[in-house]
Amino acid sequence: MSSIDPITLSVIQAGLQQVCDEMDLSFSRAAFSPVIAEANDRSDGIYAAEDGALIAQGAGGLPVFVGTMQYSTRTLIEMIAAGTAAAPQPDDIYIVNDPYLGGTHLMDVRFARPFYRNGEIFCWLSNTGHWPDTGGAVPGGFSASATSVEQEGLRLPPVRLFKQGVLDPEIYAIICSNIRVADQRIGDVKAQAAALMVGEERLNALLDRYGDDVVRTAIAELRTRAEAQMRSLIDEIAEGEYTSTAWIDSDGVVNEPLAIRLKITKTPGHLTFDFAGSSPPCMGPMNSVLATTLSSVYLAMRHIFPQVPISAGAFEPLEVIRPVGTFLDAQYPRPVSGCAAEVSQRIAEAVFAALVEALPHRVTAAPAGTSGNFALGGHDPMTGRDFVMYQLSGGGYGGNADHDGIANGCSTIGISKAPPVEIMEQNFPVLYHRYALREGSGGAGRHRGGLGLDYELELRRGDARASFVMDHGRFGPQGALGGADGAVNEVEVWRDGVKYIPEHLSKEQDIALKAGDRVRVKTPGGGGFGKAEDRDPVLSAEDERLGRT
Amino acid sequence: MEHSETRGSIIGVDVGGTFTDLVMVDSASGTMRIAKTPTTLDNQAFGVLAALEQAEVDLADVGLIVHGTTTTTNAVLERKLSRTGLITTAGFRDVLELGRRTRPQAYGMKGQFTPIIPRDLRLEVPERMDAQGNVLTPLDEGALRAAIKQLIAEGCEALVIHFLHAYANPAHELRAAEIAAEVWPNAYITTGHSLLSESREFERGVTAAVNASVQPLLERYVARLRDELAAKGYRGDVLVMNGNGGMVSSKLVAREAAKTVMSGPASGVMAAAYTGRRAGEPNLLTYDMGGTSTDVALIRDGTPPVSNEIEVEYAMPIHVPMVDVRTVGAGGGSIARVNAAGLLEVGPESAGADPGPICYGKGGTRPTISDANMLLGRLNTDKLNAVAGGVGMDDLAAIFARELGAPLGVDAHGAAEAVIRMANAKMAGAIRMVSLSLGADPRDFALFAFGGAGPLHAAALARELGVPRVLVPARPGITNALGCAVADLRHDFVQTLNQPLDDLDLTTLHAAFADQLAEGQAALARENVTVTGVEHHFSANMQFLGQSHVVRVPLEDATPSAETLRDRFNAVYWQRFKVDLPEIRARIVNVNCSVIGVCAPVDLSLLIDAGGRQASATPTGHRTVHFDGSPHDTPVYWRDHLPSDVTLDGPAIIEQLDCTTLIPPGDRVTGGVDGNLMIHIGAAT
Repeated sequence: MSSIDPITLSVIQAGLQQVCDEMDLSFSRAAFSPVIAEANDRSDGIYAAEDGALIAQGAGGLPVFVGTMQYSTRTLIEMIAAGTAAAPQPDDIYIVNDPYLGGTHLMDVRFARPFYRNGEIFCWLSNTGHWPDTGGAVPGGFSASATSVEQEGLRLPPVRLFKQGVLDPEIYAIICSNIRVADQRIGDVKAQAAALMVGEERLNALLDRYGDDVVRTAIAELRTRAEAQMRSLIDEIAEGEYTSTAWIDSDGVVNEPLAIRLKITKTPGHLTFDFAGSSPPCMGPMNSVLATTLSSVYLAMRHIFPQVPISAGAFEPLEVIRPVGTFLDAQYPRPVSGCAAEVSQRIAEAVFAALVEALPHRVTAAPAGTSGNFALGGHDPMTGRDFVMYQLSGGGYGGNADHDGIANGCSTIGISKAPPVEIMEQNFPVLYHRYALREGSGGAGRHRGGLGLDYELELRRGDARASFVMDHGRFGPQGALGGADGAVNEVEVWRDGVKYIPEHLSKEQDIALKAGDRVRVKTPGGGGFGKAEDRDPVLSAEDERLGRT
Repeated sequence: MEHSETRGSIIGVDVGGTFTDLVMVDSASGTMRIAKTPTTLDNQAFGVLAALEQAEVDLADVGLIVHGTTTTTNAVLERKLSRTGLITTAGFRDVLELGRRTRPQAYGMKGQFTPIIPRDLRLEVPERMDAQGNVLTPLDEGALRAAIKQLIAEGCEALVIHFLHAYANPAHELRAAEIAAEVWPNAYITTGHSLLSESREFERGVTAAVNASVQPLLERYVARLRDELAAKGYRGDVLVMNGNGGMVSSKLVAREAAKTVMSGPASGVMAAAYTGRRAGEPNLLTYDMGGTSTDVALIRDGTPPVSNEIEVEYAMPIHVPMVDVRTVGAGGGSIARVNAAGLLEVGPESAGADPGPICYGKGGTRPTISDANMLLGRLNTDKLNAVAGGVGMDDLAAIFARELGAPLGVDAHGAAEAVIRMANAKMAGAIRMVSLSLGADPRDFALFAFGGAGPLHAAALARELGVPRVLVPARPGITNALGCAVADLRHDFVQTLNQPLDDLDLTTLHAAFADQLAEGQAALARENVTVTGVEHHFSANMQFLGQSHVVRVPLEDATPSAETLRDRFNAVYWQRFKVDLPEIRARIVNVNCSVIGVCAPVDLSLLIDAGGRQASATPTGHRTVHFDGSPHDTPVYWRDHLPSDVTLDGPAIIEQLDCTTLIPPGDRVTGGVDGNLMIHIGAAT
């Protein structure tokens, strides 16, 4: 292999990144579903032909996908080799959403397209998009009480949805007859496929310009260098062992907390993440598949070191011991709908909590760490139509060495905006009575946690069922270095003026509501950073004056 | 309205971050003057007066002064705002602080956010509309009066009244404003629905809050400027640039002060469009590279794009129509470094204006894009030597060799070339993203290069982008001021309809356009400025049912049929996304109308004095400039001396007062109308 100068290498790296960013842009702009178009719940990347290793990934992708797609692509390559998936042809696109084949939950649907040069597969282009529905017991797929993956929706092994560029109408018909609001999905399918076409065109241009051999060499060299960069960064961490525990309220079925026990061992240029001792697989949907567990570790590390480009090389120094026998390595048919939205955030919290003392200037106290998923489904007698509404909400971020945590930040694994109250009231038969800072919710500390959100809404017409998949209802986001924990998540359902609190605090499915009933949610505040007695009195007085504490 | 064929003498004066630029054009006498003075941050009027003095303008003879000011932009970004109170719907006072639950960066859990109005000045009153505009809770007028008195007692100078769903029914906001005006005679009362009648309470609320909290500052500033100018003999009105690229009277501008935010970048794009139309180049990608950042916009058919969804910084949406200018990061001050992976990075860290690049001689020690240009001979080294206490070329070379060359295995020049190559690759990528996000292939456009550093990088960027040619206007360094001088009067209106196309009552839509048009014409009449004609532009923001994003669909007239709306929408959607969705129904979200009072043309050919031009191109000297790893003996020309029909092949450097244009080997430059230069990529023989 010839060597390549670092300047050309830098330019090719930027070029590969650009290909992925253009795929991201194309996907979002053309996507139909607001989840993809506005919330950017999607990701696009380039993966190695031999083993699916991540070469480059779009900067605007949803953070939780930071590591998953390389496992998905790797599994596909292995299945093709084993003859358990059909052999590829040029212009084919595989569709797959099986969580156990390198995925997250069923709603994250992956497309993979072989990229050919001179008749051979040079690499794979792949993307993931969160579909609003893939069938299953509840609209949207987040069933808090599912006990097997079949209840969560349609599960697709890798099959060629596009064969030599043509959409297979038979496979598509099977998909459409198993999912809700199927008539709008064609818009997302076309957008997701078109993004891979854009990637193909741009990658061909890059290869034509620099030459296949040069780019191939550059990809290998970039991987080596990303690895070296990550090693040098993690060497800021002193050698030794760092431990933490993070808790999930319950799995939604059995009302007992689930523990994530993490031991990180630092040796020169290397971190080992050992989750041994974490809870066993659970009945309800709070299991995590291996790909999501790995991805959660990577995204936590990227929050700590945002400057490292996303690539397989950067993950190399981060060794995650496969947590066999725990709920972080779920096997078929364990239900997994909570893994991408909730378990992933708790894994990230465990990483933050373990490393905050070693890297106090980089790591924050724990953020709210829940997607705050409240779904309301019912029938609106005014429009004569059924509806499903989602209110995703933010919470306080952790205090840190520089500042108090920000209020109402989005989930650790997402970057999406919450919908405006006015849009919700336009589209659904609800009336909000309050959408406010949750006073006193930030964990005390030298720098306190950010405030959570306090909202309350009323069903105006008809009947509906409320479902909650949230977390941190039992244990608040952890404070750090002597800071206090943030306030816990609280859900109250008011029916005929009588308060009901879900048995699992943050999770329950199908609570019947009728017109006039209300739901109030108070989301977690962030953990405090440092001791409260060290807080600048000026900041404390300001908090007092503005009613934040 | 009066009608006239000439504008008389007109002055455009633009206050930028570093310099205040002025251009005076008198089409009647065929004269033009320019001036450039340092911006005076505390009171921008001093810099404006200094520029007028430098241009030796007799204000008594001036027909019109059009002013671009950063007063409001700076106030917002630095949160140096007037003390402003908010009165809002009970339960919702924190909307301005909660935002849309985001974070400043995708990766990294830190960050800060300061709301425009602090929590203790955000008060609530009982009242409520539903999404259809029905009153659910009547306005509690007693509580309202109490809240107003509390804000007066708190020392507030301006007031925002922002109620949920006021876009659907503004009755409560209007009544509250009426009461406020009784209790508190105050010119600075903003109601949420008056600036944009559009749903989304955070965006509408921030827009209103920005408006109120910059009104007093802008009003005082323009009043003082008017007085100063009047004292020097000026008898006309001062017009102020808005972010939509149009101008309004300084006596009316404060009412909708939020519209002046980001007006600087907008006027540059307006000048580009004007120049392009005259030069027969209606499709332009504008590229304005300054010291700290680069602004990019896409002009189609001679018309700058307008967006109502601009975010001026993290969680700071100002949803009034503004020229869609995107900031793409790198500027001359962007710092180059070799990272832990041994790879070269340029930006996002910047040396800013202070200390600035090493070559500024103000204490900067880290290599930047400007330093690389200097080291490669692309900038005039005389300037380097002129800096007091400045650094020499040897120092610069030593720093490049040490900081970048050693880890990259090249010498100082190699390192500098790598910095430029990397910077161009990144900027080209960012420009592509802007272009693609607007549904355009950059290869279908010409690059319009301006700003201090734009023409230095433009040819290389064009090559990178596959853009065939670059237009460098006569005065790249004063483009924003020129945008003021060529501006038209402009008023934009947005009305939410939010209805599926199939259910739409067309008379409602036609009536909405008619109201907007009447309101715009009335606004033009109030301004008392001579116009040669009035133009209206109608468009609809549309989407497919089930989508959340919209596309803007231009319409020919104010009375489109349902078929026209559907066909135009499908065509625009296809152009933008290359997706055809006959299966799905469309929805009209908003209707928009722009009413433009067209002013008399300005003769841009005056920008370079024909008398100064020479019969043939003669270099003023030669410099050694590095291209592709080897030094080239490169002729240097003075732009004002070049014959207007000049043709030169690169390498060549063309200098003028505040700007350097680089013609790399292989490219050809030719002279065009209005003193423009056109660089043809790869056309050298």
